[in-house]
Amino acid sequence: MSGINLVESKLDPAKAIYSQVIPAGEPWIHLLKKAQCLRIVDLRGNQAVDTLFYNAHDYSDRYSAQDTIQQQTNIYLTTGTKLISTNGTVLLTIVADTCGRHDTLGGACATESNMVRYALEKRHMHACRNSFLKAVMEWDHGMTKRDITSNINFFMNVPVTPEGKLTFEDGISDPGKYVEMRAETDVLVLISNCPQLNNPCNAYNPTPVQVLIWDGAEK
Amino acid sequence: MNETSVLWEEIIHGGATWSHVVKRGTALRITDLQGGANVGAVFYNFECPAERYNMPDTLKAQHIARLAKGFVLYSDMGRILCSIIEDTVGWHDPIGGTSSAKLVDAKYGPSRYQEHRNDYHKNGHDTFLIELGKWGLGPRDLVANVNFFSRVDVAQDGGMSFAQGNSKAGDHVALRAEMNVLAILNTCQHPLDPHPKYEPKPVLVSIRRVTAPGPDDACRISRPENGRGFALTERYFL
Repeated sequence: MSGINLVESKLDPAKAIYSQVIPAGEPWIHLLKKAQCLRIVDLRGNQAVDTLFYNAHDYSDRYSAQDTIQQQTNIYLTTGTKLISTNGTVLLTIVADTCGRHDTLGGACATESNMVRYALEKRHMHACRNSFLKAVMEWDHGMTKRDITSNINFFMNVPVTPEGKLTFEDGISDPGKYVEMRAETDVLVLISNCPQLNNPCNAYNPTPVQVLIWDGAEK
Repeated sequence: MNETSVLWEEIIHGGATWSHVVKRGTALRITDLQGGANVGAVFYNFECPAERYNMPDTLKAQHIARLAKGFVLYSDMGRILCSIIEDTVGWHDPIGGTSSAKLVDAKYGPSRYQEHRNDYHKNGHDTFLIELGKWGLGPRDLVANVNFFSRVDVAQDGGMSFAQGNSKAGDHVALRAEMNVLAILNTCQHPLDPHPKYEPKPVLVSIRRVTAPGPDDACRISRPENGRGFALTERYFL
């Protein structure tokens, strides 16, 4: 599989059964049924959409960044990538992608990691893992920080060099680019639309994204 | 490290699982006895295991996709669980993950205890869960792991490949515990190792007393981020 695999979707936004704009800094949690398709639209370009997935029938069986990249022996996610759980379940398949590359090594920002990365005085700033925690506690199914694991950063470009360096490159996404995935089983989707203000990856300007869902029959 | 300061040592057989609370002020040294070993590892704050090794925080704080001497392993709470104070290998894999029963069966064929006694085929996922279970932890605590002694190269298109011959007999790595760290290890083969046979290698683990990291400690000064990581870790004990 190559690093870039641009594929457009045939799904018509007018036929989506669900559409919602997620402002920057907000979480979104939603049950996706098997065969439903979820599209995430980068409305204004280069916005990080931090995303976690769980098997809806067993939240301990959850998205695994390492299993996903190991199975396809490629660190980038794009069309064709199967998103694999810790138990080896295929949770979703990426079926369309007009951005071409998404990261799953960089993780989500946290107040604590911001203190390490930028300055000890940054503790007060909003961060993805605060949004994740708020969302899972409000979901009220017993989920805690133990369930917040290594996530996907849709629309982020985080290459690894031959010397083993992790680099944060300028985004390759643009306004209106999207990624779409089909649920291969019932999954719980957890998104934090990233509020990071310390990182040039989003031009220091977090922006809204849109989520759309289609029923399987619409394919 | 002073050789005379060894408190105890033990061999971990190939394909085995092991755990220990590595106390602050001590270091865990792992030695590849035959060459070609792989040690899968995850780490937790023993006092509050909800705080655990975090792969992305470790990678992005240090801008790395490999581990080596001078780098540290971060928890999800901005603190340093352990620092790599000795390393003769130069590249340890933090991204390749661990093996599953399905992968091991497909690669090496099934092998049950009934026929093969203690040589039956073990896999990283199941041995991690068994060892976690001994500490009251479980599947929700299983996070992205480190693979000591193994190297995974990433090509420009993102392709991952296992580097053969990365670790030789006698190579070792030493982790200084900066907190009281529950270390969960196994010696299952790396999931991307193309070696066609089930031949997991043994390692020697030893625990030694070490001095606390000073202001000029190599891991502390390796990056400004790590200076802040040490400051946050030291605050935890105040």
